Amino acid sequence: MQVRYTDALIIGGGLAGLRSAIASSKKGLDTIVLSLVPVKRSHSAAAQGGMQASLGNTIMGEGDNEDIHFEDTVKGSDWGCDQDVARMFVNTAPKAIRELASWGVPWNRIRKGDRDVVINAEPTTITEKEEAHGLINARDFGGTKKWRTCYTADATGHTMLYAVTNEAMKNNVQIEDKKEAISLISKDGQCFGAIVRDLKNGDLIAYVAKGTLIATGGYGRIYKQSTNATICKGTGHAIALEAGASMGNMEAIQFHPTPIVPSGILLTEGCRGDGGILRDKDGYRFMPDYEPEKKDLASRDVVSRRMLEHIKKGKGVPSPYGDHLWLDISILGREHIEKNLRDVRDISMTFNGIDPADEGKKGWMPVLPMQHYSMGGIRTTPKGESIDLKGLFSCGESACWDLHGFNRLGGNSVSETVVAGMIVGNYFSDYCTQTDISINTKVIHDALEKQQNYLLALLQKEGTESIYDIKDEMRIIMQNKVGIFRNGKDLAQAVEELKVLLQKSRNISIKNKNTHLNPELEEAYKVPMMLKVALCVAKGARDRTESRGAHYREDYLKRDDENWLKRTLSSWLHEDDLEPTLRYEPLDIMKMEMPPAFRGYGRKGFIIENPLSQKRQEEVDAIIKAHTGDRYALQEKLMPYTLQACYKSKNQRLGDEDE
Amino acid sequence: MSREITITALKYNPSDADSQPTFETYTLEETPGMTLYIALTKIKATIDHDLSSDFVCRAGICGACGMVVNGKPSLACKTLTSSFPEGKIDLLPLPTFPLIKDLSVDTGSWMQKMNIRVNSWIVANEPTDISKIEKRISPDVADEVFELDRCIECGLCVASCSTSLMKEDFVGAVGLSRIARFSIDPYDSRTDEDFYELIGDDDGIFGCMSLLACEDHCPKELPLQTKIAYMRRKMVMV
Repeated sequence: MQVRYTDALIIGGGLAGLRSAIASSKKGLDTIVLSLVPVKRSHSAAAQGGMQASLGNTIMGEGDNEDIHFEDTVKGSDWGCDQDVARMFVNTAPKAIRELASWGVPWNRIRKGDRDVVINAEPTTITEKEEAHGLINARDFGGTKKWRTCYTADATGHTMLYAVTNEAMKNNVQIEDKKEAISLISKDGQCFGAIVRDLKNGDLIAYVAKGTLIATGGYGRIYKQSTNATICKGTGHAIALEAGASMGNMEAIQFHPTPIVPSGILLTEGCRGDGGILRDKDGYRFMPDYEPEKKDLASRDVVSRRMLEHIKKGKGVPSPYGDHLWLDISILGREHIEKNLRDVRDISMTFNGIDPADEGKKGWMPVLPMQHYSMGGIRTTPKGESIDLKGLFSCGESACWDLHGFNRLGGNSVSETVVAGMIVGNYFSDYCTQTDISINTKVIHDALEKQQNYLLALLQKEGTESIYDIKDEMRIIMQNKVGIFRNGKDLAQAVEELKVLLQKSRNISIKNKNTHLNPELEEAYKVPMMLKVALCVAKGARDRTESRGAHYREDYLKRDDENWLKRTLSSWLHEDDLEPTLRYEPLDIMKMEMPPAFRGYGRKGFIIENPLSQKRQEEVDAIIKAHTGDRYALQEKLMPYTLQACYKSKNQRLGDEDE
Repeated sequence: MSREITITALKYNPSDADSQPTFETYTLEETPGMTLYIALTKIKATIDHDLSSDFVCRAGICGACGMVVNGKPSLACKTLTSSFPEGKIDLLPLPTFPLIKDLSVDTGSWMQKMNIRVNSWIVANEPTDISKIEKRISPDVADEVFELDRCIECGLCVASCSTSLMKEDFVGAVGLSRIARFSIDPYDSRTDEDFYELIGDDDGIFGCMSLLACEDHCPKELPLQTKIAYMRRKMVMV
């Protein structure tokens, strides 16, 4: 039996996992990061447009601060987020970006003086202040009041991931790639590590750790069309689910407005943030008709729905891959595109043969909303610990601590990965420092043997089903029945069909009998995991009879604060179950700093109010009215929250004293 | 109008004593805009469940899918099948890196060793107070650092490099460009003397024979030739 002992085990080598690993390694803990792929190839690298942090350096971000970032994030979430977590996040984001600068992220910097930009499709000149020269720049993104998204051209995730990986190596984090955790070791509600498969030789190894942290990103690959990398299969969620951890809001799935057709490769929101616009088959800019205020830059859930609404009116551009719309960035000019949207241009030229800098229709890129982000995930406390399984932590996209509620703002995801890596990483290392575990070797042995037997049994199966067909069917069901527009009938069918598929996945046969380096065997154990995740999404969506953020029900058009201001928790109670068991966790309006209201974009008047919202708003108004002192003190009065002192300290900005 | 294409790939599992290197040829119908990612995914799902290859982002961003395509080291996900008029495509795994199986190679261990070898990270004399306003950096300098930070460690430069084939510990264009990158980063306080300690030998800057296939094959079009020449001149002068 191969067993490795460590203090801190981190599963997933993207930004969140690696930043957590740095926190734990800096505290002197023996830290191992496991990754499916060399960590610099993690999906974090694909984040293009940028990272939100309220530095307020650029003239277009002047006056920005944590309060405004908080407000944008809560509205973006359609009041589904945990407001304590949102506060923790917005206060740490400026620190995260400054830390990253010192680790080598070459953030785009402000040049003083006049700069030509495109705002609302009009060429405009803005003037950057002398004192801002050389500070970190920001661009506009959807759903934000200020220009707040800091960037390195359209390769922000890449530069962040490289800086954080380099720093992890410098801090002696042990990075092991081509290692896949296939189950957690747990007993009596506590997690003791994971059973890990070495993808190079097929060996199974037990990693025993004081604390285990899952940072495996999203589960977009359960959909047929997704911007996600091939590795985003949700297997990290599945192993937690199978060990008894609950998932939160799995039905909250984001569809990004502008992946390119047909490959589904993302074109960043920075395209529209920098002034690009959406056009229909007539070349007409339609978004202002639907969203007069935010236009092309309403939140992603709203823009995606408006695009499909417009296509349904017959305004889509017909193509062999179905109707699509156009994204026009040619109006930004060749110089801007070749510098700041370089990867977008490269993608468009390579995969579609279109140079988006070409003027006029020739440069328009075909786009259509596709699955992009998983707001839901392993349900944790604000400290990042699973609500059910002691010693199991999670952060980043794989977690639901819950920053994004039912819609994430662009630029808040890479920001979250690093911020959560800082905050949760610290809490996690505290836990690993303070905890001693005692575990019988038989428990480890049994866990290992169970997986060994499971894999052998899979190889020996002589069933009639093909795992490849099952996977394809699952992805089509999710695409067609659990997509952007949802309804009770389709969702109920989806749940039933997925259950049948899960049953079928137990009756497959594998041609290739090798125990290692066998891609077919890997499909055979991954697809049932993906099906469990898909069932959490579909069942959660079926039972949520309201529309909130990205979860849009054609049969329940209103956001229902009266009945649905609560988080869906799904758990897998018995191994042989064919569907998850759901329960709910209410959100407490009376503790909110910002009680539920209209978002300022999307359809007006589609809210079933909760009487407590008004009551709490009156309380909040009274506190504000009676308040003397600064905004920090006011915030403490409205909604006190806990955060490590090093992250709770004030963020200095231009014009603040003691600069 | 679609046509049939044939893809021939090396099949070999070095960890299996019974495995012999062979070439397997697959015939499939080309679809519009087909990339080698799409083609190989289709082959793996429908023709040969046993074929191994590495794809992650499938968008030319992550650098996972380097392989030798009709003799040229390339990123498979960015290679369109339509770019081969004959419709015949030969695939080999990247040389220099340890072969895992078929078209899958171990770039991860190689890159990790190289990164540690050249200390590919910021070394700063002063700590940064992250609650204070950040250090000011000239926008031009930031752009210049970014330009060199675009490397995706795909390994095509290493697979193209004759020195790498002969000298196991040569850090390659990827390693040398890392040093060029950190040497101009204002947050890094290391001097040329410090960098000389890291790459001032035959496994570093003086190992390069200036054949420069690295620059020819770099999918990010990094200025490797200029930067290697620049670093060599600097290191000679230390």
